[in-house]
Amino acid sequence: MTTAATDRKLTMQKAIAEGIFQEMDVDPSVFVMGEDVGVYGGIFGSTEGLLAKFGPDRIIDTPISETGFIGAAVGAAINGMRPIVELMFVDFFGVCMDQIYNNMAKIHYFSGGNIKVPVVLTTAVGGGYSDAGQHSQTLWGMFAHLPGMKVVVPSSAYDAKGLMISAIRDDNPVVYMFHKGALGLGWMVNNPRATEPVPEEPYEVPIGEARIAREGTDVTVVTIGLSVHKALDAAETLESQGVSAEVLDLRSLVPLDRQAVINSVKKTQRLVVVDEDYQSFGMTGEIITTAVEGAFEYLDAPPVRVATPDVPIPYSHGLEEWTLPSTERIVAAAAGVASS
Amino acid sequence: MEIPKEHLVDMYETMVKIRRFEERIREMYFADKLPAFDIAAGLIPGEMHLAAGQEPVAVGMRPHLQPGDAITATHRPHHVAIAQGVDLNKMAAEIFGRETGLGRGKGGHMHLFSVEPNFGCSGIIGEGMPVAVGAALAFRFKGTDNIALSYFGEGAANQGAFHESINLAALWKLPVVFVCEDNAYAISVPKAASTAIPDNSDRASAYGIPGVLVSENDPVAVYEVMGAAMDRARRGDGPSLIEIKTDRLWGHFEGDADAYRDDEFKEEMNQRDPLVVFGQRLADEGILSADEQTAIQEAQHAIVEEALEFALASPYPKPEAALDHVFA
Ligand SMILES: Cc1ncc(C[n+]2csc(CCOP(=O)(O)OP(=O)(O)O)c2C)c(N)n1
Ligand SMILES: [Mg+2]
Repeated sequence: MTTAATDRKLTMQKAIAEGIFQEMDVDPSVFVMGEDVGVYGGIFGSTEGLLAKFGPDRIIDTPISETGFIGAAVGAAINGMRPIVELMFVDFFGVCMDQIYNNMAKIHYFSGGNIKVPVVLTTAVGGGYSDAGQHSQTLWGMFAHLPGMKVVVPSSAYDAKGLMISAIRDDNPVVYMFHKGALGLGWMVNNPRATEPVPEEPYEVPIGEARIAREGTDVTVVTIGLSVHKALDAAETLESQGVSAEVLDLRSLVPLDRQAVINSVKKTQRLVVVDEDYQSFGMTGEIITTAVEGAFEYLDAPPVRVATPDVPIPYSHGLEEWTLPSTERIVAAAAGVASS
Repeated sequence: MEIPKEHLVDMYETMVKIRRFEERIREMYFADKLPAFDIAAGLIPGEMHLAAGQEPVAVGMRPHLQPGDAITATHRPHHVAIAQGVDLNKMAAEIFGRETGLGRGKGGHMHLFSVEPNFGCSGIIGEGMPVAVGAALAFRFKGTDNIALSYFGEGAANQGAFHESINLAALWKLPVVFVCEDNAYAISVPKAASTAIPDNSDRASAYGIPGVLVSENDPVAVYEVMGAAMDRARRGDGPSLIEIKTDRLWGHFEGDADAYRDDEFKEEMNQRDPLVVFGQRLADEGILSADEQTAIQEAQHAIVEEALEFALASPYPKPEAALDHVFA
């Protein structure tokens, strides 16, 4: 989707809040519920400025009762509202998952398509700042595994706004995950790419379409979330080593743009999949299967994955750094695949 | 109630130790993160929830504890851990992410686990409550007279785990004391905006157990109420729910601008700093003179410095150690 050129730059955090703001402004059925979404503006700023404009009836601070208020979002959605409900960290899904996967994700199907559940469940994901094993996971593979929910994970400000608007307008439940390290928050070190031009007017980025974040010819690096930035950094290093890497930002896990993976693998004939989620039974396996099923005869080398090993994310800085996918690990994997 | 002098002194000493620990952690947390605050940087990266002001809720139970009693605490755990006597050196080392820490650097400040004394905590709101019920169940199986204490914030009282756990403990008449630390805020959300009734202690009646409100942030008041509830549990008469009004003197986490609490609120709160008030009272009642209090402060501060030195002199774990201890 093309929109008018703009010089105005936003962080991903501000782009998310702007997307919500603009939809709330035109659609009175949209409202926000969650912990600290009011005066605080969301712990990660996703609802910044909304209370002042829309007031406490539409920007609702909740008790710490996730089963209650996420279930209430489902109930409101099937009765004509379009709630945006925030689970502060995805790691907290444990206290409320039943409402999410047994209810939000299944009612449309159980009703034979007669009932729509237009909930947007926003949640912060990701590690890299020593918040330890209950505040650092991504878990998108698990949400994507369970049928009935769309799962989007923007990595850039432009996509963040467009995907938010698409998610609100979508008649399905959408799990909207934002990586803390890609938001451009003032209290974390940020990648320079965290801030980028974002059009002022509302626009949609289609859910289910991957984006080629960098074109290349020698190896395809498929990834999502903050790892897109690490892969782009890795691609610069690889270029200096004579390896041309194509970086594919999936942007959505459900629906998954399998054709984009297949097309890129056909072009480069080599594949690395980078995932901050746990390695086993997750996104890396799904993407490699997609390539094997759709482009087997094109593959010149076994695909390689760079993921978080199957251990809880440790606290101590050195342990965590060793555990999460890093630019260095991506460079090594891509260089290895390219030379084999 | 006549409180033995040694208990009053012990509570004061422990309050001093807790406050000093929190102050020093705070200094070291910020020291290497300024001028541009970066949560991932420094000797103590990550989130940090400190309990300055909440010392009374922790120290008041201390004289009634017995070896083998279990405690589960929250994301704001240091004061309770120190009051239970968790090894301060190992606790500090864990907070600094060192190999010598309670969890070899794997858990960090929200995930402190100690075998002896029996202490655990969690970064998930309400998570410790069912675990305390299970500890009490184990004590019954084993035929000991140990009890379990479950600490949680007033914000946690609206979590399903609160209601399920109290009902279980009441139904099975288990030796648990549920201790609600009511600091009036869950991050930015005031209690009145989250809770349908003023006092969580009133919720005890829904489960047919005693509910007691301690309306002052005072170690002596906590001592009395906790003593009765802990005795009751130990006798086999079942659980109680205690709510203690307390104060979180600092932000929710370090780096929190704390803009949701107005200056007047903060001013009043600082005026009633429980460490100052208790010290004054002990002086007025002739229990501890100003000089004796100074001596206690010096001794406790030295203990805290020793723990920090131990932590800072300890090695970091080897990176590959991340793979260890997933399974027994
Ligand atoms: C299940 C769950 N939901 C939300 C959070 C985020 N969170 C961390 S602390 C906190 C507020 C807790 O308030 P309270 O229980 O009163 O404890 P206090 O911080 O005041 O000590 C919240 C909402 C969490 N850790 N776990
Ligand atoms: Mg509280």
